[in-house]
Amino acid sequence: MIDRRSLLARGALLTGALFAPRLAYAAAPTQKRLVFLIQRGAADGLATLAPTGDPAYERLRGELADIGAGTKLDGLFTLHGSLGQLAGRYQAGEALFVHATASPYRDRSHFDGQNVLETGGRLPYDRDDGWMNRLIGLLPSGDAKALALSPAIPTALRGAATASSYAPTNLPDASPEFLQRVARLYADDAQLHDLWSEAVQTRAMAGELASDGGRGAAAAGKLAASLMTGPEGARLVMMESGGWDTHAGQRGRLANQLTGLDAMLAALRDGLGSAWADTLVIVATEFGRTAAVNGTGGTDHGTGGMAMLLGGRVKGGRILTDWPGLSQSALYEGRDLRPTTSLDTVLAGAIAGHFGLDPVLTARRLFPGGAGKALEGLIRA
Amino acid sequence: MRESSVALNRFGLGGRKGEAVPQEPRRWLLDQFGKFDPRPAAITSLPASPALIVQFREARAAQREMRDENPAADAAKPGTEARPDIAPELRPYRGLRDVYAQAAAARTNLALTTPTPFVERLVHFWANHFAVSIDKIVTLGIAGAFEFEAIRPNVLGKFTDLLLAVERHPAMLLYLDQAQSVGPDSVLGKIAARRGNQRGLNENLAREILELHTLGVRSGYDQGDVTELARALTGWTVGGLADQPMLRGPGPGYWFAGIIHQPGDRKVLGKRYDQDGERQGEAILRDLAVHPATARHIATKLARHFAADDPPPSLVARLEAAFLKSGGDLPTVYRALIEAPEPWAASPAKFRTPWDWTLASLRAVGTQTLPVLANANTFNQLGQPIWRPGSPAGWDDMAPSWAGPDALYRRVEVAERIASRTAAIDARKLAEDLFPGALSEPTRKALAGAESPTQALALLLASPEMMRR
Repeated sequence: MIDRRSLLARGALLTGALFAPRLAYAAAPTQKRLVFLIQRGAADGLATLAPTGDPAYERLRGELADIGAGTKLDGLFTLHGSLGQLAGRYQAGEALFVHATASPYRDRSHFDGQNVLETGGRLPYDRDDGWMNRLIGLLPSGDAKALALSPAIPTALRGAATASSYAPTNLPDASPEFLQRVARLYADDAQLHDLWSEAVQTRAMAGELASDGGRGAAAAGKLAASLMTGPEGARLVMMESGGWDTHAGQRGRLANQLTGLDAMLAALRDGLGSAWADTLVIVATEFGRTAAVNGTGGTDHGTGGMAMLLGGRVKGGRILTDWPGLSQSALYEGRDLRPTTSLDTVLAGAIAGHFGLDPVLTARRLFPGGAGKALEGLIRA
Repeated sequence: MRESSVALNRFGLGGRKGEAVPQEPRRWLLDQFGKFDPRPAAITSLPASPALIVQFREARAAQREMRDENPAADAAKPGTEARPDIAPELRPYRGLRDVYAQAAAARTNLALTTPTPFVERLVHFWANHFAVSIDKIVTLGIAGAFEFEAIRPNVLGKFTDLLLAVERHPAMLLYLDQAQSVGPDSVLGKIAARRGNQRGLNENLAREILELHTLGVRSGYDQGDVTELARALTGWTVGGLADQPMLRGPGPGYWFAGIIHQPGDRKVLGKRYDQDGERQGEAILRDLAVHPATARHIATKLARHFAADDPPPSLVARLEAAFLKSGGDLPTVYRALIEAPEPWAASPAKFRTPWDWTLASLRAVGTQTLPVLANANTFNQLGQPIWRPGSPAGWDDMAPSWAGPDALYRRVEVAERIASRTAAIDARKLAEDLFPGALSEPTRKALAGAESPTQALALLLASPEMMRR
């Protein structure tokens, strides 16, 4: 039950004195739901949504240029062949892809990159709380029930507001809370920091989407949907997936990963039923991968990557990009896809549009390390 | 206070909860030479090598009998109180495995409670320098006795005596196949040759003596020296084990068997050795023990262990000089180490091995004894099972071998487990005692900000300070 008076008080507190009308609107409870799916390990955007029309593509990618029987979305881009159901969402106008995008982070450490993606800060570890947790503070309490589908509460959901976590699998011996503190303890120690980030990555691989030919992933999507439905269901859900760090043998591995992702997103949509119309799904990764294939049939840590927005009200069926091209001179530091779109402006714009929040306030609150702007027009009213 | 932390952690095995911080670090280290107990009760109560040789012989006989009775192995035999973790053909060695596990736990427990942690560290150092590894079944039961009988009593003596004790110990003779090396022109060698038996020289131990134990790899010896040393060492064997009555010897233990010794003079590193029998090999080992290349090799390894993976040349030179000048008197070398500036460098240059980290963590929380099973599990899980380095070269003493992502993750898991089993300790206070004057601000803050005393303790055990020495 929502206590109307406390709700108003809370809304008033948040809006400050005379803030934008959209915030007043947000103070009224809605049925809006948000799912943030983080792809840990740097998913290869250039294979997921391949710029097959770029003249440099075939040469750079070599054996990786083959992305299966993909879906040609326009003259430039082809969606990976393992994403058949997602292609259907795109064609139905419910999926929007953002390419050549990145967080403010510009180095190539998974751990640091994920930290920036999740905290919304400018530098790794410059804040302790995550953007999703701060979002809770912008929503009326009935809309703000947050849940992480993982043993740990991931950084994006950590902070002052309450969030819970749920993992159906066996928990590891060490408690997530402790492991996060260890990560912070090692933040200033270059050697231990690197070792730790690598270890966490590797452990994450154990739960990758690729297992069981996507059946496990579909189950995860179904589970998430079940935890989000009904009046007591979670409204903000964070999901994690590992296994994206494809340094070797990428073609088969990534195909399996994407099969899992495709199955998970489809199961989530099916499970949500009519609530899909009120749901925004964000899929993002810490950074992209190198433009060229490496010597072991894989790709290495890069910069510009891709992100996805899905949902019943997403203005989809389009690709949002200021495509920089893959020519040698266009590449970032001569090796990576150059990021031309700030991921934070996209996320802020989508979230503000979805929840009816003030875009600039949303951008500043959730992504203080970002451009301070929000791209509007991503969500249908 | 900074040097107290170095003495406790780099020279010692880590501070112990409730023990006073040494106020005079160098004096504290030197005083340990007089206090060290080479034969504490915890190890004198364990079976000694003669009994273990007998036990091995019996186990081997039982295994052969089993094989003869049922070549298909008796895995299918019901009700043989099968333990799932032991292969059927190894079942006769169960008793020796238990001996190993108990000796390994005794080693840990000594290190947890010792009043002389610096000398205890030296025991571990030398046991690793002269490594035997239990992945060879013949070494399984006797590896502990090797350390207790050959290493411990000699770590504060001359390197020569340490070397001779090691090369004569049955564990080493069996591990590196010296026990079965036969001089081709020895009495038994000739008999065997007439009968068409292939019995001959095995140069395994001779090579490792030159390469690992004394001179060091690529220090100027050649294959001729290896073969000559191998010939000189023929006859250094183990009694009480062989099937042939002629090779049983007077009883279980080291035995010089003249009937397999290769007669004649030997020439090693250009020097002629015309001694008879056992004295020949001994004379060569005595020369090797004080050879300048040996001094340099030992100095380098000690400097690596106590100063940095990449040992400072100045420290190596100092230790080398002390070794040569004293004729390999180990306490003289240790004193030079303590007096040198390099090991007292403020920042901890050595990444702790799993052995080191576990001891330091358990000592930190005041653990007195680690149960036998927990001991085995802990070191297996952390990747450094006791007396199982897998090669005569021993465990590597450099960070890249130990500072791995998964290794670190496992340590952190074990840290939380240790903390959760420990009665409440104020980790903030403990940290200052363990690392007097050397605790970093981030660690101090992390401990202060922990959500519970147990979590603070776990963070302390996982802290950067704890990972290095």
